[in-house]
Parts: sequence; structure tokens; C-alpha cells
Amino acid sequence: MKEFLIGRLTRHALPHEWFTIGGTAAFVLMAVFVIAILTWTKRWRWLWNEWLTSVDPKKIGIMYFLVAGFMLVRGGLDAIMMWLQQAISVDGAHGYLTADHFQQIFTAHGNIMVFFVAMGFIFGLINYIVPLQIGARDLASPFLNTLGFWLYVAGVIMVNLFFVLGGEYAATGWLAIAPLSGIDFSPGVGVDYWIWSLQISGIGTTLGGINFIMTILKMRAPGMTLWKMPMFTWGSLCSMVMAVMVFPLLTATLFLLFFDRYFGAHFFTALGGGDPMMYTNLIWMWGHPEVYILVLPAFGVFAEVVTTFSRKRIASYTSCVLAMIGVSVFALSVWLHHFFTMGAGANVNAFFGVMTMVIAVPTSVLFLVWVATMHKGRIRFDTPMLWFLGFVAVFTIGGLAGVVLAVPPADFQLHNSLFLVAHFHSNVIGGVLFGIFAGITYWFPKITGFKLNERIGRYAFWCWIVGFCMSFIPMYILGFMGATRRLDHYESSTGYQPFYVLMLIGGIIIAIGVALQIVQVIASIIQKKRDTTGDPWDGRTLEWASASAPPFYNFSSIPQVTSRDAFWEMKQQGLPAKKYEDIHMPTNTASGIYIAAFAFLAGFAFVWHINWLVVVSIIGIIAVAIARTFNEHTEYTITAKEVKKIEEDRQAKVSAYRTKDNRPDMGLWEFIMVVLKFFLDAVRSKRWRTR
Amino acid sequence: MPKKEKKNSLLKILGLILLGLIILGFTIKTFLHGHNVALFNPKGMIAHEQLRLMLLTAGILLAAALPVVAVLYFTAWKYRESNKKAKHEPDSRHGWLLNAVIWLIPGIIAIILSLIMWPATHRLAPQKPIAADAKPMTIQVVSMRWKWLFIYPEQKIATVNYVQLPANIPVQFELTADDAPMSSFWIPNLSGMLYTMTGHSNHLNIIADTLGDYPGRSGEINGAGFAGMQFTARVSTAADFKSWAEGVRMLDTPLDTTTYDTLLKPSENNAQASYSSVEDGLYDTILMKYMNAGGHDHTGHDNAEHGAHHE
Repeated sequence: MKEFLIGRLTRHALPHEWFTIGGTAAFVLMAVFVIAILTWTKRWRWLWNEWLTSVDPKKIGIMYFLVAGFMLVRGGLDAIMMWLQQAISVDGAHGYLTADHFQQIFTAHGNIMVFFVAMGFIFGLINYIVPLQIGARDLASPFLNTLGFWLYVAGVIMVNLFFVLGGEYAATGWLAIAPLSGIDFSPGVGVDYWIWSLQISGIGTTLGGINFIMTILKMRAPGMTLWKMPMFTWGSLCSMVMAVMVFPLLTATLFLLFFDRYFGAHFFTALGGGDPMMYTNLIWMWGHPEVYILVLPAFGVFAEVVTTFSRKRIASYTSCVLAMIGVSVFALSVWLHHFFTMGAGANVNAFFGVMTMVIAVPTSVLFLVWVATMHKGRIRFDTPMLWFLGFVAVFTIGGLAGVVLAVPPADFQLHNSLFLVAHFHSNVIGGVLFGIFAGITYWFPKITGFKLNERIGRYAFWCWIVGFCMSFIPMYILGFMGATRRLDHYESSTGYQPFYVLMLIGGIIIAIGVALQIVQVIASIIQKKRDTTGDPWDGRTLEWASASAPPFYNFSSIPQVTSRDAFWEMKQQGLPAKKYEDIHMPTNTASGIYIAAFAFLAGFAFVWHINWLVVVSIIGIIAVAIARTFNEHTEYTITAKEVKKIEEDRQAKVSAYRTKDNRPDMGLWEFIMVVLKFFLDAVRSKRWRTR
Repeated sequence: MPKKEKKNSLLKILGLILLGLIILGFTIKTFLHGHNVALFNPKGMIAHEQLRLMLLTAGILLAAALPVVAVLYFTAWKYRESNKKAKHEPDSRHGWLLNAVIWLIPGIIAIILSLIMWPATHRLAPQKPIAADAKPMTIQVVSMRWKWLFIYPEQKIATVNYVQLPANIPVQFELTADDAPMSSFWIPNLSGMLYTMTGHSNHLNIIADTLGDYPGRSGEINGAGFAGMQFTARVSTAADFKSWAEGVRMLDTPLDTTTYDTLLKPSENNAQASYSSVEDGLYDTILMKYMNAGGHDHTGHDNAEHGAHHE
């Protein structure tokens, strides 16, 4: 009976080790804090109605940013823990982590950074910016979008749930290569949590991809042909097409692994006719395109940043677009370069090596287009541009290392060494993360209505650059010394230790950079240098035609597009007069939350073998989905009169602000004083004391 | 901001970056002193060639990329906002020439690299036997949780976490695994790595040219004992190798079924061991364990030629 009710859950699954107790306590404290604040300020209903059930891609975008930002800190903590272990676990001292725990940490670090940080931020940017850039008011399917977001959140919870129940995450590396991830070698629930957090969020990604392809193809403003689309939209389109092509492959692969583990099937086992090499192929057929799914929107961000801050049109739009399409096509045919060392013959290896050389061509083209774009430009070095310049250096190092790795005989020596780890961190941090930072800084005034603090932003940028060099240059060297990745201890005679210590120091500097970025956001909120124009950077694309922050319907009237850089052209020819029309907007819905909740429960039930809950959850998913189809009130109309009133109210509010805000940005010292004063005032105030 | 000040701040930044890189470089150089930088310290023909290829590729890439990056930063600096003398043509349209150049340059480099890579990949394919005057020898490797078992079919001895091989004689490592996740066999001073898998036999051909002890380990994560799964590869003279093998044969430590089953049990940070005798065809038996159970219809021998299949 007990087995029937709670499956394999036992008292032993409750937190009883220092890290599970610590993690659980941290989550409980955070939850209590948030609940207390919401209750205190009576914001529960507001949160539910205005945010959680919202189908507005702008709000969903912001929620993506918040979750991904939180997970960045969580995954960063993992990185510091790993580096600390490696810096001290030499000879007899095996550090402060067991091998198994260390392996769980790097697995979680990889999953979190790729799925829940990079994907989260990229989806946030696409959500917020793409509809604005193409002159749309919402997405093709607002419901799929909220569903995709909540499935992502379910994945986030699932990846952290092991702290509370189970006490172990997968210790297999971020792709859980078979047969290590099979039930024989990993009997615990760790791999099951891995499967279901990726499965649930991965299905969300597929749905999101379909939605954005539909949106970009069908909902562009009149006159905006494909060849007039902004570069970020192009990058997003290529990325989403790839996502729709390969994420079902991940879903299928995870299901096969799940069948192996749950039903005792033999797809990837060594015995019983299974083939682990099949798993390696399948997971990389998805895994390689995945990194391009992340980097193409980032390339799009850089293209926008370079053109805007150079005050010049892009040097060759055609080449840029063709390069992006080229990257996304060739990305599907290079997966085998992740395992030249598995034993395929020379022809197979050489073919995939050549394909990898080929994919480097369009990537290089993008760089050359950016050089040509800056040529005869008039360049401002605001922080988005700084991130671009940092990206060039870091990504080039990583990219060159990548091409060396693409030569199979060289790869035999470099594969799975720390050289490889340094390579992909150069590309993912330099390309994706710096792209995300550039994008967020660039669009921050659009999203919030005020600019980010440039001064503290610069400090953060330099911390990232210095910390990156200190962490990852030694990592390349360690690769040359023959250090493999994922070592939880080593002998001092190898001479690795000083390099691991350097890496730890670099990691701490990066952590300071992240802290400064958080400070930067808070300082920006305090100083609130408002953007009253909607166009703080003298932008070129349509998102700058709307107000900062845009009203929930984005545009009071849909703009007519006649050329590339549509907004730039409008500014040259004089902005059209405002006119108002009736607007149809989608209504909020909680169906996405309910479906994601049931999906989460289904995943949880599979992890713990609670079969009745599996059945109930799947019925729940289907029931909510069917019930949703009977809802005929999925749209509502705002009359032209109401729109006019909203716009005029807004105008009145904006004109009350300073039009030109020339205050210098708050420095660090000033920030500390302001925060101190705030707390002192809070303590002194009588109101506080009487409570 | 006045122009002069801006220029000074740029110089300051450049100087600081340069200084930082120099300090980092010297620190790294100091730390490296006296340690085995395995990839730059090849002790065999394959590792030599792999290093040469690595350096050649990196050299070509750097020669192409460094100027581009330099031009990019120079352009960014030259067309900075405060430089009013620089031209500003916000609407300039670039013609077919620019497009041709930006596609051709990386295209040509990719072709050059591919032309270097294709024959090198065939020449250095791990499964390809090395041509030499001396008669090649075979060493069979079985990865287990978490130790390396080396079987010498010709000498009929076996070792754990220690492998001795003669210099200047081609050695073919036959690699498989028993009751273990995928691992990766790697002696960086001698050659690159190759995966070991149950039910598969991968072949790695090397030839060592310098006497010495070289570290080896698994390159692929394979469970809790991963970091401790190390071995020493000793390259000795042919005569020393022979007398060492004789010595092992003299021991009274046969690798019988009981000993083998003990080895098969997961254990971490294992000490080196030598076995004076080993049953004939043990390696094939290990391979076949995973063949018969699976309903594969091809024979163990077929699969032992796995590498050649792909040729």
C-alpha cells in the first residue's frame, strides 16, 4: 500500500547531508521571504492576474530574465564550488567534496547554464524584442508561449528538487552519456531528475520554437518582407527553426533512456542488444545544433549593437543573413566532431572535420561584416558596445581553438581535456553570455523605461574580462599538460595545482562581476534616468518606435514598413502622425500554469515510480488542454477611444519627467552610501519601531 | 570629453591589458617549470605528428585571424565618436567586392585546412598499423571500474594500472571494457585517446621513441572512481621489456577466474599489480560476453575489426 501511495519515496530521501540541508534551507528561506513580502504588500492577486497568468510576451520575457538570472547565480555557485574543490584536492587531501558529489555539481552546472540560464535569457530576449521588431502586438499563439514558459519553470524546479527529495542529482556529465546513465551504473534518482527536468523544459522549447517561427513568418508589419527583417529577428528565426528540428530528437532520446531505466528496455545498454554509441550520436545530433541555437540570437544582438552604435547601416545585409542561414544549415551536419575518439574510420572523421571547417566560414563572415560596418561609422562606446568588443577577443580565441579541435588527429589529443572545456566556455561565455549582457543593456531602457548605470556596468565588464582570462587561459594550459576535465582530485607532482588556484581566483573575480551587475541594476532603479523618447540610443529598428516601456499593445497603430532599418527611415522622413484604432488582445490564461504543473507532477511521479500519480497527471494535462479549447473568450477588444486615453495619460505622465537627464551615473561609493542611508532611515523611522 | 584625455585613457587601457597578459604569461611560465606539458612533450611518432598538425593548424588560423581582430579593434578606435576627422558615411552601400572578399578569405582558409586535414586524418587514423622494420606487438586493454587491465597475449602475462612497452617497436593496443561505462584510454605523451566500450574492440596504434615513465588515465567520465583511474606507461628498451616480462612470468600470481572476478568488482584508486599467467583468449571471452547476450548476429571477430568497417 505504501509502495502504491508514495512509490519509492522513503524517509531517506529527505535532506540529511550538509548540501541538501543547506540547499533546502536556502530555498525555504527564499520562499518564506517572498511569501512574506507578497502578503505584507497584499500583492498576491496582482501577481497572479498581472504576471503569472499573463500572455503578454513582454511580461513573459521579463519573467524569463528573472528566472534565468536567479539560475545564473545558482549555476555560478556550482562553478565556484568546483574550482574550490580542484584548488585544494591534491594528493591525499581529497578536498571537501566526495567524487560523487563533485560529479553531480558539474552535471548540474552544465544543465543549468545551458538549459536554464542561456536558453532562459535567449527566450526572454526573443519574447520581448522580436514582436516589437516586426511590428506585432503579440505572438501567433500567446497560449503556447505562456505554456512554454511554465514548462521551463517546471524544469527549473525539477532540476533543484533533488535538494529537497532524493538528495542526489545525476553524476554523469551534462549529457548523461550511456551506459553510465543507465540503471546499472546510475541506480539512483539523480538521472531521473535529469531526464525529467530536460524533458519538460525541452518540450517547452519545441513549443516556443514553433510559436516564434509562426510569429515571425505570419505576423510581420505590412511592408516588412523577409529581406527587410532586423538582424536579431533573423538570428532568432534561424535559431528557432533549428530548435524545432532538433529538440524533438532530444525528446525522443530522453524517452528511450527513460524506457531503459523505467521499463528495463535495452536501447542504450551494453547487454541485451542495446548500443550506447547510438545514444552518443543521438544526443549530439541535438547537442551540437543546441549551441548554435544559443549563439545565433546572440549574433543577432551584436549585429544590432554594432549598427546602432556605429550609426551606420549594416555593411552587407545579404551576407549577414546568408551567413546566419548557413550556420543553421551546417550546424546539423557536424555532430560527430564531438566524438572523433569513439573509433569511427578515417573517412567518417575527416568528413565531419571538413564540415566543421565549412561552418567556420559563415561565422567568420559575420565578423568581417561587423568590421566593414564599423568602417566609416561614428562609434560610441556605451556598455553594449564594450560587451561586443570583449566578445570579439574571447570568442575568437574559443573559435580558433574550436577549429583546431575539428582536425581529428589533433582532437585525439585535445578531446575531453581541459583545453576542450576552455574552448566551449570561451564560445558560450564570450558568444552567448556576453551577447545576452549586450542585449539586456541595449534593450534595458526599452524594457524598463530607464537606462542601466553605465559606470558600474563598466566595472562589471572589466571584472568579467579579467576574471575570464585568469580562469580560462590557465585552463587551456592545463589541457596541454594532459589534464582531463572533471577531475575531483590529482597528484601534486602533475603541477596542476597552481593553475587550479589561478582559475579559482579568476572565478571569484567573475563572481564580483556578477555582484556588480546586480548592484548595477539596483543603482539604475535608484537613480532612474528616464528615457522619455522611447529611442535612447538613436536606434534603427521598429522596437524603438514604441514608447519605453511599451504599452501592453506595443503599437497604438501598426507601423508601415518600406525599407530595412524601418525606424531609421521613418526618422529621416518624419514620423507618421499618431492615429488610434481598435485593438484585439489575447486574454490572460492560467491553463499554461495548470498544464505545466501537471507535467511537473508527471515527471515527479516517474522519478519516484508513483504510478497512480502518473495516470492522474497525464489525465490532468489532457483535461486542461481540452477544457482550454472550449474557452471562446480568448480575445478582447480595446476601443480606439480607450487607446487614445491610455496614450494621452501616458504622455501627461512622461512630460512631468525631466526631458534631458544629464545627471552623471551613480558610482559604487555613492551607491553604498545611498543603501546605508536607506537602511539607517528605515531603522530610525518611528513607524518601524512601533511595529 | 576632450580628445587628448580620451586618447590617454585608451593608451592606459591598452597598457594595462598588455601588462596583465605579460604578468599572466610569466606566472604560467613559472608554474610550468619542471612539469610535464604532455602535449608539447611528445615521446612517440604519433604524438609528434599530432603536435605538428596542431601547431600547423593553429599557426594558419592565427595568421588569418590576428590581422582581422587587429583591424577590427583599429577600426573601432579610428572611427570613434570623438575623432571628428574620420569620415562618416552612414548610408554607404558596399558592393559585390566586399561580399566576394568576406566569403573568399575564410573559404580559402577552410579549403587549405581541409586539404591538410584529410590526408592527415587517414595517415594518423588510430586503427592504422604503423609501418616499421620491427615486428609489431599487441597489448590488450580492458577498462574496468575503476582500473586498467593490460593483457599481453604474446607474453601471456597481465598487469593492472601499469603497462610496459618496448621503444621503437610498433604497439597495437586493443581496447575494450568489461562491466564498465565508456572510458577513454589516453597516454598524452605517446598519442591521443580512444574510447573503450563493452562489446567493442577499438584499435590504437602507437610507437614510442624515448625511454621513460608516462602518465595515462581515462579521458571520459565513468563514475565515482574516475579521477583515480590512472596508470603508468613505461617505455623501456626491448631487452628490458623482455626481462621484465620474464620476471612477471616467474611470479606466482596467475590471473585466474577468482582473481578476475575480484578485479571486476568496483574499486577506487587501485594499486599496480602483475599477473604471471593469463588464460588464452581472455580478451575475446570478455568481448563475447556482450555479443552473445545481445542477439547480435555477427561474430566477435567481425566486431574486432570494427575500425576497419568504417574504412
